[in-house]
Amino acid sequence: MKVSIIGVATTKFGELWSVSPRALAHEAMSGALKDAGIENGRIQALFVGNMLSGMLGGQEHLGAFFAEELGFSHAAAIKIEGACASGGLAIHAAVSGILSGQYETVAVLGVEKMTDHKPEDVAAALMGAGSSQERASGCTFPGLYAILARVHMLKFGTTQEDMAAVAVKNHYHASLNPNAQFHRPITIEAVLKSHKVTDPLTLLDCSPISDGASALILSIKHQASSINIVASSVATDTLGLAERNNLTQLQATKEAAMRAYKQAGIEAKDIDVAEVHDCFTIAEILALEDLGITKKGDAAGGIRRGEFTLGSAKRVVVNPSGGLKGCGHPIGATGVKQVVELVEQLRGEAGKRQVKDARVGLAHNVGGSGATAVVHILKK
Amino acid sequence: MVGIVSYGTYIPKYRIRLGDIASAWKKQGEEVVSSLRVAEKAVPAADEDAVTIALEAALRALSSSGLNPESIEGLFVGSESHPYAVNPTSTIVGELLGIGNNYLATDLEFACKAATSGIQSLAGLIASGQMRYGMAIGADTAQSKPHDVLEYTSAAAGVAYIMGNKKPIAELLAYTSYSSDTPDFWRRDGVQYPSHAGRFTGEPAYFAHVMGSATRLFEKTKTQPSDYQYCVFHMPNGRFPRDAAKRLGFTDAQLAPSLVVDHIGNPYSASTMIGLSALLDIAKPGEKIFMVSYGSGAGSDGFVWKTTKELVKSQKFPRSGIQLRGTKVKSKDTVQDQIERKTYIDYVQYLKQTHKI
Repeated sequence: MKVSIIGVATTKFGELWSVSPRALAHEAMSGALKDAGIENGRIQALFVGNMLSGMLGGQEHLGAFFAEELGFSHAAAIKIEGACASGGLAIHAAVSGILSGQYETVAVLGVEKMTDHKPEDVAAALMGAGSSQERASGCTFPGLYAILARVHMLKFGTTQEDMAAVAVKNHYHASLNPNAQFHRPITIEAVLKSHKVTDPLTLLDCSPISDGASALILSIKHQASSINIVASSVATDTLGLAERNNLTQLQATKEAAMRAYKQAGIEAKDIDVAEVHDCFTIAEILALEDLGITKKGDAAGGIRRGEFTLGSAKRVVVNPSGGLKGCGHPIGATGVKQVVELVEQLRGEAGKRQVKDARVGLAHNVGGSGATAVVHILKK
Repeated sequence: MVGIVSYGTYIPKYRIRLGDIASAWKKQGEEVVSSLRVAEKAVPAADEDAVTIALEAALRALSSSGLNPESIEGLFVGSESHPYAVNPTSTIVGELLGIGNNYLATDLEFACKAATSGIQSLAGLIASGQMRYGMAIGADTAQSKPHDVLEYTSAAAGVAYIMGNKKPIAELLAYTSYSSDTPDFWRRDGVQYPSHAGRFTGEPAYFAHVMGSATRLFEKTKTQPSDYQYCVFHMPNGRFPRDAAKRLGFTDAQLAPSLVVDHIGNPYSASTMIGLSALLDIAKPGEKIFMVSYGSGAGSDGFVWKTTKELVKSQKFPRSGIQLRGTKVKSKDTVQDQIERKTYIDYVQYLKQTHKI
């Protein structure tokens, strides 16, 4: 398979209280169209990745909403929802639309506006991604990932310092990214000393609540600066943790990765740069293992030794954008932003956070506590 | 020149440690205290409300002034916990003070800055010759829902300032106000507890308005932080005023004496002006004080005060034997005296005294 990414853009992520979802979408999409060098009349379909517009903002029907707003008059337009994987799923749907022969050139918009709402309302809305039993028991996502962390600690001896090293790496990368929510490097001690959210996870083990939008223009027609999507796969698992046999891995990630590597005809060792779903620090450890970048139980040590950090990486730099942890996590935008970051890396336009000679990139986007996993592989 | 003729402060004696509130909710007390930079907060007795607290502060201000109660021609009471939705606090307080009937009674509500709005209004009325003396009060038994983060800081206290243009202890050199429709904190009519918008109460709300008012005040007075002995800001927690002072270029030494929040929490409309009282308790004549309040919703009132030699007499209170409607007013309590005079209660007692159980 081969679908070309001909334009990309993202807004700054963060607490953008004075910016509306419409303005965020405009900024991201006009940037992507400009980057592609095409007019919006060329867009045949718009795929919008978003999770919370209905629950928090009372506005569903985002396909038509943003098609009108962005001037894609009468284009096909669809909202895609898959919890925190909404952005990745929107790209998958767009790729499928092109490969089916239905569309030639399409736009993908990932957008989320979270900070205008009370934190407790946001936490409750996010639990829309969990199982009914998890909701009924009062669990929140930090709690669910804390369970995954505890199991990993018991089975592999993973420590809180190991998890803190993920936050330290990703905040360092974010400090080099002008569009990131956080620009201040942090230390292991600071992570350990920050407030407990759900033991063993502290505040600095958790990704923030953010606003932001990211956009891509995809086409079957290749351009000189195009980066190609060579694999797009989705896999699912049970919504709830209680129904799973193994809590030291996210099976959906493993399945999606296996399919993606097969589609692309590559192996994990061929990846130069990866944007993985680090909604909590433990999630990056799980991701590196489940994607096959390290063996099970080896990711934490590698991260602590700087093997995935810009400047000291052995073979693959992980989350050069800062990840969800440092760059911010506007739910629907995250999966799209990951691909924007990879395109900038593969083009060699990533500035201070440029991964040297990056030719193959992988984006990994997770919904819920691993009920949905989306993997995209990009090649120069 | 219009200024402060006298002032009175009332802090209820009950305190609850933030660590005890945190324990009730299985939170780590040390984390809460270090995050909010508040150690304990003042709690009203079961029979105290904004009226009784306003009256306590007003009696102290009046007795300190030596004025005949009937010379007060304006009484503005700012609170967001007026006991009645309809029926003024100001007339109850006025009646109990014995200030007669020839006065303008006004209730004000603007979150934590209602009282400083009263000061500005009175300053205008006095400067225009409409009245000789007026009293502005800020009094609150601040509301917060159990387990809401507000519960750690919402406190009870009152403060009363008599404004006039004869022998002020501190002259009002300049004032500004900065307002916008920024709903960071609110309570709909009939709803028991206020709501707030989490981190939104920081940058676009508190800091935008405090900095806006402060910047205008510097421009208007052509001054800079080093021209002032002290500064005081609204204190919703211990972090915000410290951060605001730092951003504006004030030193820790200029700010520290006003930081009553560390010991009493945030008594909403009384907060900024109790900070000012703490400064007037220790200031020397001829010193300048930079003050900015903040009220959610949102607005900030900025003031530049300059103390006079009259302040020394005020600090030497007590005057002897003033009786107000049979109530013998005790010797002047400084803010520090009242901070130190305290009785700790536990969380269950706190719930009882604030009528939550």
